[in-house]
Amino acid sequence: MPTKEDLAIAKQMPDAGGHFGQFGGRYVSETLMAALQQLEQTYEKLWRDPQFQAEFDHDLAHYVGRPSPLYHAERLSRELGGAQIYLKREDLNHTGAHKVNNTIGQALLAKFTGKPRVSAETGAGQHGVATATVAARLGLECTVYMGEEDIRRQALNVYRMKLLGAEVVSVTSGTRTLKDAMNEAMRDWVTNVDNTFYIIGTAAGPHPYPKLVRDFQSIIGREARQQCLAQTGKLPDALVACVGGGSNAIGLFHPFIEDADVRMIGVEAGGYGIETGQHAAPLSSHCRPGVLHGNRTCLMSDEGGQVIGTHSVSAGLDYPGVGPEHSYLQEIGRAEYTAINDDEALHAFRHLTLTEGIMPALESSHAVAEAMKMAPTMGKDQIILVNLSGRGDKDIHTVAEIDGINF
Amino acid sequence: MSRITECFNNLKSQGRKALIPYVTAGDPEPKVTLPLMHALVESGADIIELGIPFSDPMADGPVIQLACERALLHGTRLVDVLDMVAEFRKTNQTTPVVLMGYLNPIEVMGYSAFADKAKAVGLDGVLTVDLPPEEAGEFNQLMKASDIDVIYLLAPTTEEARIKQICAAGSGYVYYVSVKGVTGSASLNVAEVADKLEIIRRHTDMPVGVGFGIRDDASARAISEVADGVIVGSVLVNKIAELAGNQEQIPGAVAAITASMRQAMDK
Repeated sequence: MPTKEDLAIAKQMPDAGGHFGQFGGRYVSETLMAALQQLEQTYEKLWRDPQFQAEFDHDLAHYVGRPSPLYHAERLSRELGGAQIYLKREDLNHTGAHKVNNTIGQALLAKFTGKPRVSAETGAGQHGVATATVAARLGLECTVYMGEEDIRRQALNVYRMKLLGAEVVSVTSGTRTLKDAMNEAMRDWVTNVDNTFYIIGTAAGPHPYPKLVRDFQSIIGREARQQCLAQTGKLPDALVACVGGGSNAIGLFHPFIEDADVRMIGVEAGGYGIETGQHAAPLSSHCRPGVLHGNRTCLMSDEGGQVIGTHSVSAGLDYPGVGPEHSYLQEIGRAEYTAINDDEALHAFRHLTLTEGIMPALESSHAVAEAMKMAPTMGKDQIILVNLSGRGDKDIHTVAEIDGINF
Repeated sequence: MSRITECFNNLKSQGRKALIPYVTAGDPEPKVTLPLMHALVESGADIIELGIPFSDPMADGPVIQLACERALLHGTRLVDVLDMVAEFRKTNQTTPVVLMGYLNPIEVMGYSAFADKAKAVGLDGVLTVDLPPEEAGEFNQLMKASDIDVIYLLAPTTEEARIKQICAAGSGYVYYVSVKGVTGSASLNVAEVADKLEIIRRHTDMPVGVGFGIRDDASARAISEVADGVIVGSVLVNKIAELAGNQEQIPGAVAAITASMRQAMDK
């Protein structure tokens, strides 16, 4: 168990070079170094700037609709017969997921730095939609890279992005999913570094992205902490959030790092099952440190260092790496990571819909499934706080297809 | 003196510039690479950059992406690439070989194991696209201890203070990326390159190779007038792709391109 001092250090991470212990850093080609240094300086200055903060807070309140509610899922909790489950309702944000917290912040950075164009990668399309949304609002040109396979899985979000004026580029290289979209977005950035702000959607990538995405998403944990205290008079016993790259999880976890009694559980995509090798769970399968997309982290790669293809029913978790801060929190023993399989996530998707009238995104369904496993093993006076990171409308086609329904 | 430094010194005394072809190891099949390397040397190549195939070549355009995919289809791993260097060294002890690629295969092998093997097979240099000097402390130390030159990239966006810092960290030569973009992208502007090289030379006595955007005899010649080395990749890899169905023709056809560039550079 980490000591109080360990946790105080953990709270202050990353170091000046963007390292979280042995993870993180800035592993990119030279062409991008100047842009990253500039971004770091801009960010460090603006994040402390009252005018920037005021604008960010204003947008979160009046455009995103924050604070998002903390909802006691009473019927679900009663039925499970154990811990009380509370849902942090990021699904109620404008655009339907937590992703917008970060795109609002990064778009403000783009605005302050005067870049006329933004680019993004997207898996499930939620980050792409959130980027296209803020670009439309600020009048910025927007290009979103998306794997061909994800374009098929998330047709609704593709059309939403187009309606918002974004160009959606189909990525046909590699495994045609999120990692390949990120490769292509980085190639775009190398080429258009002078006029483009690259809005990374998750708490990964080269420094300072993991830090700034975490800081923008930490509004989730700050609100949840206050709301839980206000509603129940105590802190939760456990936090549960799904982890692909891990931005919603780190946003929830970070404000609780020094609350040593609050367990933090990150839920990765177990796909067909960890034992099948067909999953997207670099932390809970076996951490092999590697370097991809600008940072050192736990990475699914083979003996020869080639990145392995992943599988998950949810496009947003279908990624072979993970944000470096999660690798660090696992290594120091502050957070725990586990995996939920496709079928368990689908069951949770249906179950939350039926018992609470809330349809979670397939990504968030992984967190719900884990909470459903944990609750019966805990006391009725205990609290599990689940980050319901997004709504499930975008997944109706995927679920219908599994049910054999063709619209 | 390293084989790379010796090579540049010899060329300098002859008033010539280095021709540095890049090919991806194992493309389209592992058995093609060794004869191709020898053919490149015969055509006038001074240093060979051998690409380590990687699943996610983020700094490369479609031509080299596909080369990686072809090589990986036949399971070309970093250990196999090092074996190719060992085979090459059996009959050629003079031409420097530089491995170029991404960090993860080396990371997974382990820096120390890689340094040992690299030395054992007679490798001369290594260039990892996604390992800037800031992250390369331990890596640099181990390579230097094994007499492997660590070659760094400089870009049009690299500011002067950083040029100084990078040149201090590297050895052998520095590689100036002549365009903002991925490999095989836009054509280069020789005047801009010349201006940047002037700045770079204020901070280092190391030879400067220029790559990205050199696609024919004319651009090779133009760059040879301002740089110490001309690095050419995508145009060769494109030829390999064209001949993937007639592999026996690859060494000759690719060497014909470099031979012609050599002539243009030596005129």
